[in-house]
Formats: sequence, C-alpha cells, structure tokens
Amino acid sequence: MNAQTPPAKLSPYSSSNGQVSRIETHTLSVLVDNEPGVLARVVGLFSGRGYNIESLTVAEVAHAQQLSRITIVTTGTPETIEQISHQLERIVPVHRVTDLTLLGATVERELAMIKVRGKAESRTEALRLAEAFRARVIDATTESFIFELTGAPKKIDDFVELMRPIGLVEVSRTGVAAITRGPVGM
Amino acid sequence: MSKMMTGAEMVVQALQDQGVTTLFGYPGGAVLPIYDALFHQKKVHHILVRHEQGAAHAAEGYARSSGKVGCLLVTSGPGATNAITGLTDALMDSIPLVCITGQVPTHLIGSDAFQEADTVGLTRHCTKHNYLVRKIEDLSRILHEAFYIARSGRPGPVVVDIPKDVQFATGLYTPPKNVHHKTYQPQLKGEIAKIKQAVAMMAKAKKPIFYTGGGVINAGPAASTLLRELVALTGFPITSTLMGLGAYPGSGKNWLGMLGMHGSYEANNAMHDCDLMVCIGARFDDRITGRLDAFAPHSQKIHIDIDASSINKNVAVDLPIVGDCAHVLEDMVRLWRAEAHPVDKKALQAWWAQIDQWRARKSFGYKKSDTTIKPQYAVERLYELTKKRNTYITTEVGQHQMWAAQHYRFEEPNRWMTSGGLGTMGYGLPAAIGTQLAHPDALVIDIAGEASILMCIQELSTAVQFHCPVKIFILNNEYMGMVRQWQELLHGGRYSSSYSEALPDFVKLAEAYGMKGIRCSDPSQLDEAILEMIDSPQAVIFDCVVDKAENCLPMIPSGKAHNEMILPDADEDIGSVIDDKGKMLV
Ligand SMILES: Cc1cc2nc3c(=O)[nH]c(=O)nc-3n(C[C@H](O)[C@H](O)[C@H](O)COP(=O)(O)OP(=O)(O)OC[C@H]3O[C@@H](n4cnc5c(N)ncnc54)[C@H](O)[C@@H]3O)c2cc1C
Ligand SMILES: Cc1ncc(C[n+]2csc(CCOP(=O)(O)OP(=O)(O)O)c2C)c(N)n1
Ligand SMILES: [Mg+2]
Repeated sequence: MNAQTPPAKLSPYSSSNGQVSRIETHTLSVLVDNEPGVLARVVGLFSGRGYNIESLTVAEVAHAQQLSRITIVTTGTPETIEQISHQLERIVPVHRVTDLTLLGATVERELAMIKVRGKAESRTEALRLAEAFRARVIDATTESFIFELTGAPKKIDDFVELMRPIGLVEVSRTGVAAITRGPVGM
Repeated sequence: MSKMMTGAEMVVQALQDQGVTTLFGYPGGAVLPIYDALFHQKKVHHILVRHEQGAAHAAEGYARSSGKVGCLLVTSGPGATNAITGLTDALMDSIPLVCITGQVPTHLIGSDAFQEADTVGLTRHCTKHNYLVRKIEDLSRILHEAFYIARSGRPGPVVVDIPKDVQFATGLYTPPKNVHHKTYQPQLKGEIAKIKQAVAMMAKAKKPIFYTGGGVINAGPAASTLLRELVALTGFPITSTLMGLGAYPGSGKNWLGMLGMHGSYEANNAMHDCDLMVCIGARFDDRITGRLDAFAPHSQKIHIDIDASSINKNVAVDLPIVGDCAHVLEDMVRLWRAEAHPVDKKALQAWWAQIDQWRARKSFGYKKSDTTIKPQYAVERLYELTKKRNTYITTEVGQHQMWAAQHYRFEEPNRWMTSGGLGTMGYGLPAAIGTQLAHPDALVIDIAGEASILMCIQELSTAVQFHCPVKIFILNNEYMGMVRQWQELLHGGRYSSSYSEALPDFVKLAEAYGMKGIRCSDPSQLDEAILEMIDSPQAVIFDCVVDKAENCLPMIPSGKAHNEMILPDADEDIGSVIDDKGKMLV
C-alpha cells in the first residue's frame, strides 16, 4: 500500500506564519487481536483522520493467542506521529503500539520481486547488478528476469532505480516488517 | 446464572443483568425475535420511538442525565442507518450507549439481502467499538463487553450487530463477571509525581484559571464535588466548556461563565492572559481555542484527561496527566491540603481585580425591549421561574442553544443535555424524553429553535404515549438564526434559505398530538405563560415568539483570538469583522 505524501497538514486554525514542525518518517508496530475487521479499523483510522501510510504489513504472529502484528510506516510531524500512536491505542482490539523509530535500534526488512525485461547486454548488466545486491533470480525467460530481493526499503529503492533504465517492467513489494534489536521484545 | 437460552433471550437477559430498565427502540424484521423476548418480561421497559435517530438521542439524554449507559434496539438496514446520527453524536460528546442492531441471517450477509446494510462497516467510524456476532457462543460475552466498553474510560457508543439466525440459535448464557478485558483497560489513577508537580505549579501561579469540560461530568458527581473543593481551596477562577456546565455551580463566586466562541468576555480574556491553565476533562476544541497561535500565549498548561489522544492533539501542553478526573482531583485536593500551599495572595488579588474589570463589561448583556420578547430575556425568565425546581434542560442546536448556555445557570452536573461536538439539530426533544424517563418527577425543558424542533418532531408522539410531560420551549425567531447570523457576518446579509418558511402553527401542532400548546409574544405576559407551562401536567409546546433579528453575542469571530471578541455593545458592522481566511473556517 503506497500513498503519496501530501503537503504538511496545516490546520486552518493555525497561522500560516506559525512554526511548521519537521516531517519525519516513523515505523510503528501494532500488536492486535486477530479478529475480523481489525485491519479495517486501523486503515480506517488513517484515512479518516488524514494520516499517511507509506507502507503497511500485517500477519499473524502468535497463532495460539490469535495475535497479529501490523507494521506501519508513516510520515508526519512528531506531534502528528504521537497522535497516531495514541489514536491507535484507542482501538479496542489493539494490545500495544510501539514507535520503533523512537526506540532507535531497529531492523527493518522488506521483500520485493522485480521484473526486468531486456536482451543482450542489458541482461548481463541486470544480472551483474543483481549479484551486487544479492538479489536472487526466481524466474527467467529469454527476454526477462524476476529478481527476489530482501533488504531495507532504501536498498530496494536503489535496486529498482538501477533496473529502471535497463528495462524495469514491474515491482511487487511486501512492505516493511520491523523489529527492535537486542534481547528485549515489544 | 449460566443457562441455556436463545440468542434473543440472551439479549434481554443481558440487558436485565446490566441493570437496564429503559430501552429505546423500533421493531423490524431483523429484531423480531428480540421483541418477542421483550414481550415475555417486565423488567426492561421498551419505549417505542418514532424514528431511530430519536431512539439514539433519547438514550443519550437518558445516559447524560442519569450517569447510566443508554440503550437502544433497532432493526437492520434502515433502522441501523437512521441511528447513525445519534451514534455519531454520542461519540463526539462521549456519551455511553449500547445500540443493538438486527442483521440479516449470517448465510445471507454480503448478498445484498433485504434490509441488509454493512452495519459494522457503517458504524466503525461513529462508535467507540462495534461487533458483528457471528455465533451464539460469543453473544453473552460480547453483550457484557459492550456495556463495559461503553461506560469505561472515555465513554462512547458501542454497536452490537446480531444476525437473525443468531437470535434464534440456542446456547449457554453467561452472566456478567467483573470483566478484565484483555486489551481495554483505561488508566484511572494519575501519576502521583505529576499531580505533585501540578500542585506546585498551581501554588506558584499568579494568573491561574481552571478550564473544565465534559470529562468532569463523565467522571461522575464525585468529580464535581472535588472540583468545587479544589476551587474553594485555591480561590482560582473557573470557566467551563459548553459540555461541562453544572460541574461548578453557575452561582458560584469563582465562576466566569462559559468560555469559547460564545463564551463570556471575562472567561475568554482570562484564558488569553492566564499564566497557568489547568484543563480538566476538556479537549481544546476549536470553539474554545480560536486562533491557535494566539491561544493563551503566556501560559503554562496542565491537562488532565482520561484519553491520551486528547492530550497534545490541538494544543501542546506542559504537564499532561492521564487519568480519570475524579481520581486525579481527589489526589490533587489531598496533596494541596497536605502541603498547605501558600498561594501568591497579592498576585491573585490583582488577577481578580483584572477579572472584575472584564466582568464589568457585562458581555451577556442585550438591549431590553417592552414590545418584543428578546430571546435572552425569555431564557432569563425561564431560569428565574424554574431555578427552585428539580429542572433538567436539553437544547436543540443554534442561537437558542447558546443563549441557554449563557443565561441559564446550572448548579449541578447532569442537568444540561446538549449536542456540543456534532451540533445535531433534532437532539433536544428526544433527549428530553430520555431525560424525563430517567427522572419521572422532574421538570424537563427542551429549549428549542423553530427549525431544529422540526427535525425530530415525530417524537412528540412518543412523549404523549409514554406520559412524558416534557416542555418544549421554542425561541421562535422564524429563522435558522445561527445560519442567518453567519450569513450576516460572512455573506453580506444574503439570507439564502435560512428563513423558516411555512412553519406549522405550533399550538395547533401540539393539540394535534394531544399535548398542550401555548403561544406568547408579549414580554409582559411571558412570566404568566411560562408558569402555565410549568404547572401543566401535560407535555407542552411553548411557542415563544421572539425578536427575529437578534444576534448571539459576544462572539469570537472564526480565525480570531480570545481577546478579539465582538461584544454586544460594539459599534462595528459585524459584517466586516471576519477576513477571508476566517471565512474558510466553520
Ligand atoms: C452552535 C455551537 C456553538 C458552540 N459554541 C461553543 C462555545 O462557545 N463554547 C464552548 O465551550 N463550546 C461550544 N460548543 C461546543 C463545542 O463544539 C464542543 O462540543 C465543546 O467545546 C467540547 O467540550 P469539552 O472540551 O468539554 O469536551 P467533551 O467533548 O465533553 O470531551 C471531554 C474530554 O474529557 C475527557 N474525558 C472524558 N471522560 C473523562 C474522565 N472520566 N476523566 C477525565 N477526562 C475525561 C475526554 O477524553 C475528552 O477529552 C458549541 C457547539 C455548537 C453546536
Ligand atoms: C442536522 C443539522 N443540520 C444543519 C445544521 C446547521 N445549523 C446549525 S444551527 C442551524 C439553525 C438552527 O435554527 P433554529 O433551530 O431555528 O435555531 P436558532 O439558531 O434560530 O435559535 C443550522 C441549520 C445542524 N447543526 N444540524
Ligand atoms: Mg430559529
């Protein structure tokens, strides 16, 4: 799920010459009861209140307890992001919201499949770059490859940009999964 | 006791076990089993409304005036969609409701079946939480959970959508236990260290003010008692939002009147100039803050609120305290007493002297008239003639609502039912019926506008059927006065569609419903007519014919600061006050 970043949200009640806080990107981890509609509640909160979603992933993480973990990458001023966390906490089936970016040391990974089309030198060039990025070939025809690449979102962005002039066809990304470093859990 | 029963029986059993005695509702195909279960018992009294919006507002009035959870039952599809305005209203004003909706049988969900609507989808944004009950095994737990969620923490509406096959299915009913909800556990106690810090800040303040709101009412009568104690101990001035009126008595000596867009000059100036703002259960709504960058620019702010998302939402505060008003106030009073804080007496005296100067402007003043009834005068007289009685006031939305807030004085909490956040015309009459049912012996008055009252007028029939002697006091200015005022302010006096054309004859209308109708247009006869209304054992419509052109002042024009109010005695042409940026705002 990719949303375009709209301009900084300014309340009409704030003055135009007021200080505008810096726009930051944060990764939030939301532990929820895996019940019907819970994702709609989370997504609806973002659309209803005009918050941005850069990326959103969700999957069950503890089958026995029926818990799912939603990872959301969002942008906004620090005040907006604090609001987002508190608003998420109000959703009844939400257990916990952690702003991983505030915690500092986190690892973020995303998986992408990238389809590239090309002949002759462009094929070798694509393969050479893929090797440098440790992307795997998971499908090949005489005129195309599909690469599988795992990494931080930035690394995937970079790889996609390199493939673009070679013959990028399409990209499918999972969105970000994230976790804190060290022995302690969420 | 755990017992086998049908889903429909479980609903009624759960209502009884939750102490519900009054249920507002309207039947339909998808709730017939529940209506059948209601038929066999006497504990839950069903009040048949005439429109589901009325059920929701009646439940709101019932809840707000009694502190209990309000309850309604509506059918699928149009029943549920009709209730949505009331649910949204309850969400905005933090009113605890449980709304049970019928749904098409589970196997038909998603097939565009007759009277199917995606009720949980539609109400997701206007409820605190909602449920679709897919199997009978979940039903009793969900019903009890719904009550727990509606009333705990920041109260709000909860919808339980029950497919018809689940109502017919048989299962084991489990009574309510002390639910320990696995995720929802609001924090009641405030952090003591922070409360200590707050008390220390208060002791040092030179120009302090209490800014209180609906949260104090939500926290129960004990919170109001503690608030009064704290005000008495500190000697600080106190103002409140529209939603918090009555928590501190309107006759209290530290009372500055309501603040905000139509608040008093003294309250707004004191907010603007204060050096310490103690916000208790209020949410820095835009009707309060006006222009944000000019909001109380020299102040430190303490904010007590049970909902962490209310804090720092519109206004950044220096000391946030998450907790229930009653709990936090209790600790505050205790700590203040224990540490016997010496306040800065001299500074406080100077502050009060300043406030008295603002008070002397008499910003709720208006030009008296011998020939036409001024709406403010009508509310004043209504207040004088009812203040010694056991009175509850509801309102519709518009100028009359603001005049009621300005000129009626509330001595106790839970006596004032109004739609603040959503501003729903049509709220007042059903809310009055709900209030009357919670307080059968009280005098319940809906201060109404002639336009608003028509929005839920069908509920007159409910009032008559259930012997609710509510008094509908219409300030009839033949205009959607609030709209007319804004058109005068912003749109060059072009009164586009704001004249109340083709009004019914309200006296005859009352009579048609089997009520009493009274009309008065002469100020010299007003008292007598009001007394006639009060003394009538029946429901009454009082058509109070008032000045058509009166504006509701004072007013902070949109986009302006607290100290830029338009006062009633201003010479300015009010059409020239708001700039283009202000016009964008609502
Ligand atoms: C035509 C019109 C004009 C209006 N003009 C004005 C005006 O001039 N002045 C004015 O004041 N309002 C006005 N209003 C009302 C305004 O729109 C808001 O509804 C109102 O100001 C909000 O009141 P509040 O801040 O007390 O919040 P509420 O909506 O009552 O919210 C209560 C706050 O307290 C918190 N809370 C709830 N329960 C507890 C608890 N137990 N413990 C602690 N905290 C709790 C909640 O989380 C929330 O933050 C007007 C409305 C209309 C329709
Ligand atoms: C359901 C709904 N529709 C529209 C509005 C916008 N609105 C606010 S006040 C008002 C006029 C109310 O007129 P009346 O009831 O006569 O009250 P008055 O202002 O004249 O006292 C309108 C249309 C609203 N608040 N609610
Ligand atoms: Mg009117």
